[in-house]
Order: sequence, then C-alpha cells, then structure tokens
Amino acid sequence: MDMITLENVSKSYQTGVAALSDVTLHIQKGEFVFIVGDSGSGKSTLIKLLLRELTPTSGRVIVNNYDLSKLRRRKIAKFRRNIGVVFQDFRLLKDRNVYENVAFAQRVIEVPTRQIRKNVPAMLSLVGLASKYKAKPKQLSGGEQQRVALARALVNNPPILLADEPTGNLDPRNSWEIMKLLEEINKRGTTVLVVTHNREIVNAMRKRVVTVKKGVIISDEEKGEYIDED
Amino acid sequence: MRISTLIFTFKQGVKNIFRNKVFSLASLATIAACTFLFGIFYALVVNVQYSVKEAQSGVAVTVFFDEGISDERIQEIGNLVKARPEVSEVKYVSAEEAWASFKVDYLGEYADGYEGDNPLEGSDNYEIYLNDVAKQSSLVAFLEATDGVREVNRSDATADILTNINTLISYISLVIIGILLAVSLFLISNTVAMGIAVRKEEIAIMKLIGAKDFVVRSPFVIEGILIGLFGAAVPLIAIYYLYVKVIIVAGQKFSALSDILKFMPVEELFRQLIPVALILGVGIGFLGSVFTVRKHLKV
Repeated sequence: MDMITLENVSKSYQTGVAALSDVTLHIQKGEFVFIVGDSGSGKSTLIKLLLRELTPTSGRVIVNNYDLSKLRRRKIAKFRRNIGVVFQDFRLLKDRNVYENVAFAQRVIEVPTRQIRKNVPAMLSLVGLASKYKAKPKQLSGGEQQRVALARALVNNPPILLADEPTGNLDPRNSWEIMKLLEEINKRGTTVLVVTHNREIVNAMRKRVVTVKKGVIISDEEKGEYIDED
Repeated sequence: MRISTLIFTFKQGVKNIFRNKVFSLASLATIAACTFLFGIFYALVVNVQYSVKEAQSGVAVTVFFDEGISDERIQEIGNLVKARPEVSEVKYVSAEEAWASFKVDYLGEYADGYEGDNPLEGSDNYEIYLNDVAKQSSLVAFLEATDGVREVNRSDATADILTNINTLISYISLVIIGILLAVSLFLISNTVAMGIAVRKEEIAIMKLIGAKDFVVRSPFVIEGILIGLFGAAVPLIAIYYLYVKVIIVAGQKFSALSDILKFMPVEELFRQLIPVALILGVGIGFLGSVFTVRKHLKV
C-alpha cells in the first residue's frame, strides 16, 4: 500500500524556474527512503509539496490517502498531523525546556493534559533524554537537540517522518546515533523519508535511495548508494 | 474546543505580553493615555450636558389667557399642552399665586400699600417646562394658534445658547474620540504585528505540527484584548480620584458658580464610564489584533 504517491508532478515557480519536472514516485507504508541530490535539485520543493506548503503546477500528490490537490485549506492542519518533521537546525523553542518543547506539539493539536503527561516522558525515554527533561535547548549538545526535535516530531504518533538534513549540523558520532534512532523508529512501523547529503551514511545504511537532479528523478534503487552527479 | 486548549491559548496570550515586554508596555501606556483622555473628555461632556439639562429644566414658556376665559377652557388648554411629547411639566399659576410670588421677589415690605388689591388680576397662567429646549419654537407656534391664548412668553436666547452648546460639545467629542480610537487601534495593531514577527519560528512550527487556525491565532487576539482591557482599567482608577478631587475643589473655590456648575455625582458618572471604557478597551484590543492577525498571519 502506497503511503506517498507522486504522479507526474511538475512544479514551476512564478519566476519561470522549473523545480520539479514530471516526477513519479511511490513510497510504501513502513519504507525507509533516502532522497539525495545537490542544492537546487528540487528536494526542498518536494518536501514542501508533501507538507502541502506548495501545490503542484501539474500532477497529483497523495499522502496517506489525502489527495493534496483536492485538500481544502481548512483541512490542511488535520492533514499535517500525519507527518512529523525534523530539520537540520532543530527549530526548538529556545525559551522552553525539553519537556515543554515536546509537550508543545501535543498542546497545539489539543491533546488532553493527562495524555500529554503520559506521552511526553515515554517519548523522551525513546530518544534517550528522559533525564534531561528540564534542560533548555542551549544546555544540550547538537545531537541531543536533534533528539528533542525527533521526540517532538514523533510524539503525535504520525505515520510518516520527514527528516530534512537531520545530520547536517552534527558530528559523525551524533549523526550515526540519530540515524540509528531513525532506523529504530522505522522498525516500529513509521514510514521514514530522509533528505540528506551525507554520502557515508547513505552508503552504509543500504536503504532505498532516490536521487534527484535538476527536478528529475535520475535514479531510484533498493539498497542503493549515493550517486556522484558529476 | 477543549478547556485545556482554552487555558493553553490564554496562557500563550499572557506570555506573549511578557515576551514582548517593551512593545506591550508602550502599547498599554498609550491605550491607558488614550483611555485617560477619553475618560476626562467623557466626564467633561457628560457634565456639560448635565449642567445644560439642569439649566434646561429651569427654562419655561409662560402662557396667558384671553380675558373672561372659562375655567373649563383653561383646563382644556392644559390637557392639550400636557399631551405634547416635548413637555415635561405643566404648572398652573393663579393670579393670586402670581401676585404673591411677585410681592416676595420684587416688593418685599413695600407690598403693604397694595393690601386687598391684586394688580396682576387676570394674570393666571401656565408655566410649561420642556424636556428639550430645542423644541421650544414649535411649542410656542402651537400655543399661539390655540384658541383662548392671549400671550406667550418665552426665552429664545437661553434656549438657543443651550441647544448650541449641546451640539458643539457633541461634535467636538465625536472628533476627539474618533482620533483617540484610531491612534489606539494603530498601536495595538503594531504591538501584535511585532509579536507575530518575534514568534515567527514558533508559528511556523505550530503550522507544521498541524495546529488549527484558532490555536495559532487566538493567543495574539487574547494578547490584544488583555492590553486593551488593562489599558482601559488602569486610568479609570486615576480618573475616579481626579474627579472626586475636582468636585471638592470646585465646590470650595468656585462656590459662586454653583448655580451654573452642576457636577454629576461620581457614582452616576462611573456607572456609565466603567462599561463604556472597558468595552472600548476590549473592543480596540480585539479589532486591532484580529485585523493584524488576518493581515500578517496567513495560516
């Protein structure tokens, strides 16, 4: 069963730049997929299309049975609860501690407080930060901050996790820890999409690799490797 | 909508105020200054109108009757006048009462020479008091056309002055209140826009997580309402003490003007001013923030 489907998707901006051209992609439920490509290859546009921040110029995007071209504006919030997102720069709320950062994700979608008190500690245990729940982001290392971001992305139990350069700001040791965590999350049934430049990790993990170049998918391989575009 | 969500958004609204302290304080101070000026002006307008009303109640039209008119006809004229909407009170003054009053007012001890006589024989009349002096002319026209009426005495000048003062004060108050409202709206809007800019990242995260429009927007509206509410409440306390002080000082220093200067009692004034000022503050806060959120926060 497809969790994500892109059918002949093209996206051009008003400037005339074609970010994606006739892209077709199927990602099954429970898959772990790397999306790789240089800057300007169309990866960011792809992420924005999946989050319904953009709509395609042509073609269809279907995520967890939501046809995004038909999705009404007031339904977007509910749809986005299907996707947990983590970014290279973590995007944590600096004035709040670890617990509050994770609880925030539940509060804004109106989860009852009693439920939040159960879910947040469980999620912090999963990412190995249960003992640091009172710490503010600036008191944590980069790897720990990315774990908090992961906990926040996962606490609402989304079927899809989208990680945009999750190891971009981390040293190799922390990068590997985060990737192990993503693999663990994937094993629990979450479909994981990782957009990355990290050749070493992509080659070592032997997962499906989709390579995008100038808005076109040039390679899509099971147990693939990072392809040099030059 | 869950109660916990309401509490969360309310807390976020309060936190917004403190996260954005300088702008919130500037905005609160300006709203307070505007409400203070509004309150002063409101008190002034209400009191001038109160004084005018008091003065109006003393303005009377006096109607004298044809010689030999029957008591029944006088009674009929009285009933016709009482039935008119602009009339608040009709008082019958007999010739004897008119003479007795004249003696007290103008003659004093010299009245003794008129023992047994009434030089004001045939001067029985109606004193008619109006609830709106602006309608004096139409009443006089009616009276002059009424059968049995010999003469109508009126005080045009007083009526005109009082009506003009009332109109002038109303126009000035409208203009000043309008300007104050516009300034307050602009300031609240600026503060909320600043809050949105400061929390841009947090808003982006909320949207990505899947927060509904209401949850994203309402903390900013709550922030605006709270600033408006406190901005309006604080100066009311200052105005209360100031007003009481003014009444005391005016009573002591300008006692000669006590016939003209009529102050509305402080309780009566605040019964009107508190709801008006608070609704105004909350309204400005609500409108200012809603417009800004709609403009700057595309969810």
